[in-house]
Amino acid sequence: MPATKPPAPPLLRPQATVMLSRVAHSLYWMSRYIERAENVARLLDVNLQLLVDFQGFTDTTIKEHWGSIIASSGDEEEYAKHYESADNRSVTEYFAFDLRNPNSIRACVNAARENARMIRDQISAEMWEIVNELYLYLQGRTADEVWASGALEFFANVKRSAHLFQGLTASTYSRSEGWEFIEFGKFIERADKTTRILDVKYHILLPSVSDVGGAVDTAQWQAVLRSASALEAYRRFYVREILPWKVAEFLIFSDSFPRSLAFCVAQVDEFLRRILGESATRPRTEAGRASRRLLTDLQALTITDVLGRGLHEFLMDIQDTLGAIGDEVVQTTMFYPAESSLEEQQQQQQQ
Amino acid sequence: MSILRSPYETAQFFDEMFANPAEVRPHYRRLAERLGTLNETEFDQRRAAVDLAFLRRGVTFTVYHDNAGTERIFPFDLIPRVIPNAEWLRIEAGLIQRITALNLFLDDVYHDQKCLKDKIVPPALILGAKHFRREFMHCPVPRGIYVHICGTDLIRDAAGNYLVLEDNLRCPSGASYMIENRAAMRRAFPNLFQSYGVRPVEGYGDELLKALLHIAPNRSDKPNVVLLTPGVYNSAYFEHTFLARQMGIPIVEGRDLVVRDHRVYMRTTAGLMPVDVIYRRIDDDFLDPSVFRPDSLLGVPGLVNAYRHGNVALANSIGTGVADDKVIYAYVPKLIKYYLGQEPILANVNTYLASEPLDRKFILENIAKLVVKSANEAGGYGMLIGPAATKEECEKFRAQVAANPRNFIAQDPIMLSRSPTWCDGSLQGRHIDLRPYILYGEKITVTPGGLTRVALRKGSLVVNSSQGGGSKDTWVLQGDE
Repeated sequence: MPATKPPAPPLLRPQATVMLSRVAHSLYWMSRYIERAENVARLLDVNLQLLVDFQGFTDTTIKEHWGSIIASSGDEEEYAKHYESADNRSVTEYFAFDLRNPNSIRACVNAARENARMIRDQISAEMWEIVNELYLYLQGRTADEVWASGALEFFANVKRSAHLFQGLTASTYSRSEGWEFIEFGKFIERADKTTRILDVKYHILLPSVSDVGGAVDTAQWQAVLRSASALEAYRRFYVREILPWKVAEFLIFSDSFPRSLAFCVAQVDEFLRRILGESATRPRTEAGRASRRLLTDLQALTITDVLGRGLHEFLMDIQDTLGAIGDEVVQTTMFYPAESSLEEQQQQQQQ
Repeated sequence: MSILRSPYETAQFFDEMFANPAEVRPHYRRLAERLGTLNETEFDQRRAAVDLAFLRRGVTFTVYHDNAGTERIFPFDLIPRVIPNAEWLRIEAGLIQRITALNLFLDDVYHDQKCLKDKIVPPALILGAKHFRREFMHCPVPRGIYVHICGTDLIRDAAGNYLVLEDNLRCPSGASYMIENRAAMRRAFPNLFQSYGVRPVEGYGDELLKALLHIAPNRSDKPNVVLLTPGVYNSAYFEHTFLARQMGIPIVEGRDLVVRDHRVYMRTTAGLMPVDVIYRRIDDDFLDPSVFRPDSLLGVPGLVNAYRHGNVALANSIGTGVADDKVIYAYVPKLIKYYLGQEPILANVNTYLASEPLDRKFILENIAKLVVKSANEAGGYGMLIGPAATKEECEKFRAQVAANPRNFIAQDPIMLSRSPTWCDGSLQGRHIDLRPYILYGEKITVTPGGLTRVALRKGSLVVNSSQGGGSKDTWVLQGDE
């Protein structure tokens, strides 16, 4: 005799099928800011070490050195507003701790953590704890203190936490729509940062300049590679000595190195396609077309084309395109402002 | 030296752990044995580890000054409050009785108003109450339940009797701390739990979800349940995310929701998705700017209409605040008799109503001996503790009571029971209360435990976190020792 089936209890609609726009937005920014903090930490770390290693630097060359880094970050005006000179100490303060700089490590971690807090219910406990710990670690820390206790250790900590966060995300976050926003944010940020790392040394690769070399220069190109965690990968790939145009070629065109432009843009294109529901053939959105064009360029051009056109201009174009792609994705998936106005914040506190 | 060696005073108070300084109550005996093996250093290490874990896990609340938020951990004391089974059964029965009566009262207030016609409660008290929502008269609520989540504050007097201090029928908070406190204690004393027979509190999330699913409109076999938060700047935001995670439901803000044709939807990346049940942590006032406060930026225009049409369920329902008003509180024992024909299992604190002429006279003449409370304030504000107040403070309240009697009640001061608490390197008695959580779904359940709040300042009777309060884990035992 067939047993009568008891009525099924009401089930919850699985959340994996539902993603709030606001949540997608926060995932995207959380991921971008973590990647940005890690890149800034790496850039500072490498260049501080470089200046320590070579005693040949004078105050003027130190200033020039930092000047090109500040310029590549696009912060020249802001920096000049708050600081008189560009020495090791003030640059560390500005890039690591100054909250007036929205891209300082601390500002990035604060923003990543605030986004994570807004979607605390959506991310894993492991992800939250790492970003919260990093935030607590940075609270109340200053350049002076870090200087006294060892800057190396400090940057290593920031980088390790960021890597831990990304690793934990990969191993604890479901491959849902949210994952697409996380990866999209990470790779678009990384691509942007790689253009900036290269841009620091672009003047050496101007078409007219042919004569380069010397210990300092090699060290500087090593520093560029290390700024992108690419030194070892480069060595395995080219084996030979470090040549400026080879470095540029590697960081722009490598298909396999996960910080090269070609690699990052391929990922951006892939996740963008999934987010906007584009097919593999002809893109329908402006962002889809822009990313496809960029990817095609990076697959078809050679380093000679790039140097002929001018490396700086090439990199600037890519930065603009990436910016436009990011903006369009935010606009098409968000129908309303994601941040609370001051008045809203006050009402939230009254409850 | 063991932390239990230091001299401990029970004074004239009911002490939860010590019948007298030399005698530990039976249900605390095994805890005392364990604590006896710890010296001060070991105890402090565990305390520090627990505090650090709270901070790392982000178990914090936010205190705002001039819009700059500071995140704090809720001070936690490692000495738990222990309740034997027999005591708990009585508390549980009393709470179920009380919420049943209060729910019948709300149904009556918003429909036939028999209790007013029968002169159980003076109509002026209801119709003039701040939280009475006349917009909501005659509106049916899903399954007839108004209060799905209730947190009732209990205290014990000098003889150890449990008394109800107040009911929280709107958006009671603190359940997340009940669960996080337990997790902290498990980490600090892992071995103690195995043998003690402490009843788990972790079922709260499941029970809450069941209660929410119970009121889902019938049309959907897989209802969408959401938690509506005021937002990340709210001091209880941690709790909102915690409960959402426990239940596996999304958190939404007002701007994530939109109403079309009296149906509520959430804005997702794939377009609009219907919402069936909303566990709202926003006050009535802010819920829907088209019905209540028009300047609310946190609410959802049209939400109340969708609710009226039965297309979405709200927990708690609208207008429940009329029943946790401190003046109505005084009538609850009568309401229990009126609706259930039973004697109240848990007594009220003896209360005088300034709105009643005889009581008012008594209050005005004896204000220095009484605790005076404003009817609608919370968080330990708007309150006078006569015996501890200055003459000026008493005069100020006397004038306020005389000017606006409907807004005040007075109570006999209760010497709240005390529990040993680790303060400044030794165990000292501190006053405590207890907030158990009652869920009203298909049946009524009381989570065995609750939030024990402790007034950490010496001599203080105010347990609120905004005024120097902390908390303790609350152990309800399977047995009696």
